[in-house]
Amino acid sequence: MSFDAAALTAVPLARRMWFVRSLQFAVLASFVVAWEVLGQIGVLDKFYYSRPSLFLPRIGNWLAEGLKPGSVWNDMQVTLLETVLGFVIGTLLGVAIGYAFARNRLLGQAFDPLLSMFNAIPRLVLAPVFILAFGIDLASKVALGVTLVFFIVFFATFTAVRDVDQTLVDNVRVLGARGRDVTRHVLLPAAFSAIVASLRTSAGFAFAGAVVAEYIGSNVGLGRRIATAEAFFDSTGVFAGIVLIALLALVIDAILQVTERAFSRWKPHRDA
Amino acid sequence: MPAEPASARGPVAAISLRGVSKVYRPPRKRPYLAIERVDLDVAPGRFVSVVGPSGCGKSTLLGLLSGLLTATTGTVALNGTAVDRVRTDVGFIFQRDALLPWKTVRENVALPLRFRGQRDDGRVKEWIARVGLAPFADNYPHELSGGMRKRAQLAQSLVADPSVLLMDEPFSALDVQTRNLMENELLNLWGAARKTVLFITHDLEEAIALSDEIVVMTAGPGTIKARYPVDLPRPRSVTEIRFAREFVALYERAWADLRDEVERSYARSLQAG
Repeated sequence: MSFDAAALTAVPLARRMWFVRSLQFAVLASFVVAWEVLGQIGVLDKFYYSRPSLFLPRIGNWLAEGLKPGSVWNDMQVTLLETVLGFVIGTLLGVAIGYAFARNRLLGQAFDPLLSMFNAIPRLVLAPVFILAFGIDLASKVALGVTLVFFIVFFATFTAVRDVDQTLVDNVRVLGARGRDVTRHVLLPAAFSAIVASLRTSAGFAFAGAVVAEYIGSNVGLGRRIATAEAFFDSTGVFAGIVLIALLALVIDAILQVTERAFSRWKPHRDA
Repeated sequence: MPAEPASARGPVAAISLRGVSKVYRPPRKRPYLAIERVDLDVAPGRFVSVVGPSGCGKSTLLGLLSGLLTATTGTVALNGTAVDRVRTDVGFIFQRDALLPWKTVRENVALPLRFRGQRDDGRVKEWIARVGLAPFADNYPHELSGGMRKRAQLAQSLVADPSVLLMDEPFSALDVQTRNLMENELLNLWGAARKTVLFITHDLEEAIALSDEIVVMTAGPGTIKARYPVDLPRPRSVTEIRFAREFVALYERAWADLRDEVERSYARSLQAG
C-alpha cells in the first residue's frame, strides 16, 4: 500500500476551508441579525440607524428601477466612470513622474519639498477647491481621484526604480545590455511590479475620491444619492447607499485581485 | 623548427593587471583604498583562484576586469585589449542572485543572445539541458532552489560563449553538499571548454580543489601576498581530492599565509567596531 501525500493533506485542508468559510458567514450573519434585533427592540433608534430589513429592500427597489436618468444604475455608472478616469490618469502621471525622478537625481531633489508638502495635505480637503475650480460635473471628481492615486503610484514607482537591485543591472550589462535594454528588461519591469502591487490601494482611493467629491458637490452619483437621503433625514437611504458602495468596492477589489495574480506569477506568493 | 613571430610565441595573457589600485569614494564617508598595486597575469585556459580574508578587495578585481568599475591607477586588460568600458566578452557569476526574477529560466538564458540581436532557441535549450535544468526551463527563479539558480546563472553566462569567466564567491550561499556538486559540475564544464577562469573565494579548500593556481591576498588594502601553483592531476573530483597528500601539503603552506591575513583583518574589524 502506498501513501499519496497530496491526498493525505488535501482532505483536512478542504475541510478547514469550509470551516473558515462557515465561520466567516456566521460572523457576518450575526452582525446583521444583531443590528436587526437591536433595532426591533428599540435599543438602536430606527431614525438614526435604520435596520437591515428596511435598507436591504430599498437597495432592491433601487436596482429594480432599471437604467434610466436619475436611477441608481445611472449613479453607479457615473461614479465608476469617475473612478476609472481618476485611476487611469493618476496612475499614468504617477508612473511617468516617479520614473523620471528616480532616474534623474537632480530633478527628484528639486521637487522633493513641493511633493512632500502636497503629500502632507489630507487630500480630501481639496475636494471643495476642485469643485470651485472644475465645477460640479465629472472633472472635479476625477481631479480628486487623480491627486489621491498619483501619490500612491508615484512613491511606489519611485522607490521601485531607485532601489532596483544593482546586481541585476550589473549582470545584464555584462551580458551585453545597452541603456535601453536595461530600461526595458530591468527598470520598467521593476516599476511595473510596484504598480501592480499598488493597484488595489490606488483603485480604492480613486473610488473613495469620486464618492466623497460627489457627496460634497454634484447632481449625480452614489455620493450625491447619500447626500440627498441625508438632507431628508432618510437614514434608510443613507445606509442603503453605504452598503451599495461597500458591495461595489468589494467587486472592484475582487476584479483587481484577479488582475494582480495574473501579473504576479513570477513572484513568490504566500499561501494562506 | 622555424622561429615564430613574437606574438605567436607566447599567447597574450587572457587577464592582465598592472600596478592596479582602486580607491572607493563613498558619499559622506571617508575614501578608502580597496586594492593597492596589484600585478596579475593569467594565461588563456587557466583556472586561477583568488583567496583572501573578507574585505581584502577580491571582488574589486572582478569589477575592474569586467569594466563595471574603473581602476584609480594602473592598467587592466582582457585578451590583450584595455578594459575601458563594460566588457561583454566575459561571463560574470555574481555572489548574489542575478537572474531577472520576472523572466523564466529560458528567457533569462536567452538574454545575452537577445542583447546581441540574435535568437537561437536551440542553443538556449542546449545550455539549459547542459546545466541539468531541462525540466525547469519555464519556471521562474523563485520556484528553483539556490543551487538550481546558480546553474541557470552559469548557463546564462556561458550561452554567448565568453572567453573569460569571472566568478565571485558563486557557491558561498549553498549548503556543503550542493556546493560540492556544483564545483564538480563547474570542473566538467570547464574541462570541456577550457575557458580562462578567475574564481574568487574565501574558502582555501575550494580554491585548491578547483584551480591550476591560487593567489593569496593580504588584508585590505589588498595586495598579492603569494601565488601557489596547484599540481594536482585532472580530471579531479573535489570530494576525493581533498584527501590527496599533495593537497594537504599545499593547504598547510597556503593556510599559513592566509591565517595571518585573516587574523589581521579580524583584529581590524574589532578595532573598527
